[in-house]
Amino acid sequence: MGEVWAIAAIAHRDFVKLLRDRVRLFSELAFPLILIILLGPALQSGFGSPGGLDLTTFVFTGVLAQTIWQSAALGLISLIADREEDFSQEIFVSPVSRYSIVAGKIIGESLVALPTGLGIVVVGLLIGVPLSPVVLVALIPVSLAVAVYGGAFGLLILANISSQRTANQIFPFVMLPQFFLAGVFNPIHDLPTPLAVLSALSPMRYAVEATRNVFYGLQPGAPAPEVTPFDVNIGVMAASFLAFIALGTVLFVRAERNR
Amino acid sequence: MVSAGTVGSGSSTVAPIVPGGPQTTLDALAASAAATSPTPPAIEVEGLVKRYRKAERNAVDGISFEVQAGEFFALLGPNGAGKTTTLSILTTTLGPTEGRARIDGFDVVADGPAVRRRVGIIFQKPSLDRNLTGEENVRFHAILYGLYPYAPAFGLMAAGYRRQVAEWAELLGLGREIFDPVRTYSGGMLRKLEIVRSLIHRPRVLFLDEPTTGLDAPSRRALWGYLGDVRREHGTTIVLTSHYLEEAEQADRICIIDAGRIVATGAPADLTAALASEWLMVDADDRGRLREELVRRGHAPSGEGPFRIDVGTRQAHAALRAIETPLTLVRTHAPSLEDAYLEIVGRAELADGRGDGDGAELADG
Repeated sequence: MGEVWAIAAIAHRDFVKLLRDRVRLFSELAFPLILIILLGPALQSGFGSPGGLDLTTFVFTGVLAQTIWQSAALGLISLIADREEDFSQEIFVSPVSRYSIVAGKIIGESLVALPTGLGIVVVGLLIGVPLSPVVLVALIPVSLAVAVYGGAFGLLILANISSQRTANQIFPFVMLPQFFLAGVFNPIHDLPTPLAVLSALSPMRYAVEATRNVFYGLQPGAPAPEVTPFDVNIGVMAASFLAFIALGTVLFVRAERNR
Repeated sequence: MVSAGTVGSGSSTVAPIVPGGPQTTLDALAASAAATSPTPPAIEVEGLVKRYRKAERNAVDGISFEVQAGEFFALLGPNGAGKTTTLSILTTTLGPTEGRARIDGFDVVADGPAVRRRVGIIFQKPSLDRNLTGEENVRFHAILYGLYPYAPAFGLMAAGYRRQVAEWAELLGLGREIFDPVRTYSGGMLRKLEIVRSLIHRPRVLFLDEPTTGLDAPSRRALWGYLGDVRREHGTTIVLTSHYLEEAEQADRICIIDAGRIVATGAPADLTAALASEWLMVDADDRGRLREELVRRGHAPSGEGPFRIDVGTRQAHAALRAIETPLTLVRTHAPSLEDAYLEIVGRAELADGRGDGDGAELADG
């Protein structure tokens, strides 16, 4: 029972920390909102509506998934900074198992990512993205899945880097290409073969597409872009989640002691 | 036992440099530590080696030592000597490259969780979560150590826990402030809260990694007073690393490490006696006569004047009284732990302005 309490306490702390950190809350929201409010309409006015597709809505769904996924991933990576200067050293000397620390951190960072997602949805409603009640409810479980999946990806990255500096250096290379390969703002179903392969390898892609599956599948009257079937997206997410967690935890625990 | 035997200096070798420091409590501490205990040593370290990945030399290079239960043990050494690395291995957050270490009989590699339950640590860098309140920081620790079940709010925590919090708040001299974010606390209060927190699972060994860095003198003294109380009450073994020599002087035993190796170990007074000499500095208007007299009396004066003569323990007064040449300068030097430390480590950068502070000068004596 003690380990379950410990997991709850670790997750609880992450969440409380976010609620008290107004600046972080604001900055996490600022970037996606800029994309949704400025980029969507800008693309729309430049390219019109290819195939009747509303580009503001397309960018909105992409950015929603990308933000939640990336927020959870970055939250996990923050463990590395914490380890050096913060409270987490206190967690690492406690008798709690390393597996519980990872579990608590993934749950906590997923909880942290959700308020940001909520903020994006609210702004989406304000700028006129069509969101039916059914879609809103369906977005909750899919966003949770996206968050937990992002956390697992973050763990895998975390396990392979040794310092915050390394994290900051490799971050653009890990995240930025995925913006395009995952199709956050652009279609990915007519890519040349090399890019199509890279796109299929981008973990973020499945989070973005699963969110689009839910949105375009349930929102009446929204002309849908081409999207990989829901089952495929969820299947890939589940399989990668398990692989990331297993590999990430083993590597992380080993790297922690063999510095 | 070495004692000062100084003329006119008034400072004794083992007295704390901080005036009015917690000497009284420490005498009691030393006495309690002297009592032999049937339990295994609190800490056993054998041939410990740590080489960080991609490092060119060992950060810890084959050290061995033992610390008895209830002992106050200080690890001393310049920056980069391997103190923090040693502490990290002993608290299981870092794996050793070679050798072994046991806490209370449990191996730090094989029995990590058992070791972690038995140690408390005050880190070099503060490890409180500044976004949380004092109570939340403590609550988090209590749950991680399995002392109480998790609850999402203070009011929902076990009654026993809430009573404890009231006690801790009183101990810290905090009232309702224990429910304020810790970023509103003073530096001294933060450290004290960390110590209270580190002790709530009743660790057998408390590690303090330069705990008073950044604290002002009154906060340092208050903190040591409190630690003294803790040791008396619970017989907690304390392992300290510090840059402040006066703190280490209060330890039962000191281990000086440099470049990952142990260079000296012993009680502070023994280290001082063995490694640093007591000397007199004398001068006279007639230096030739003085030198001649010093040589005649069996001293070996060094220098062109003023002359430095090495004297044995408690011999300064006798040596001075015998000198007939009118003196214009008398200066005594009683070795401090710092002198011993500097002699051992031989690092010049620590020497500026503190080594000779306990001399006394008599002009036209």
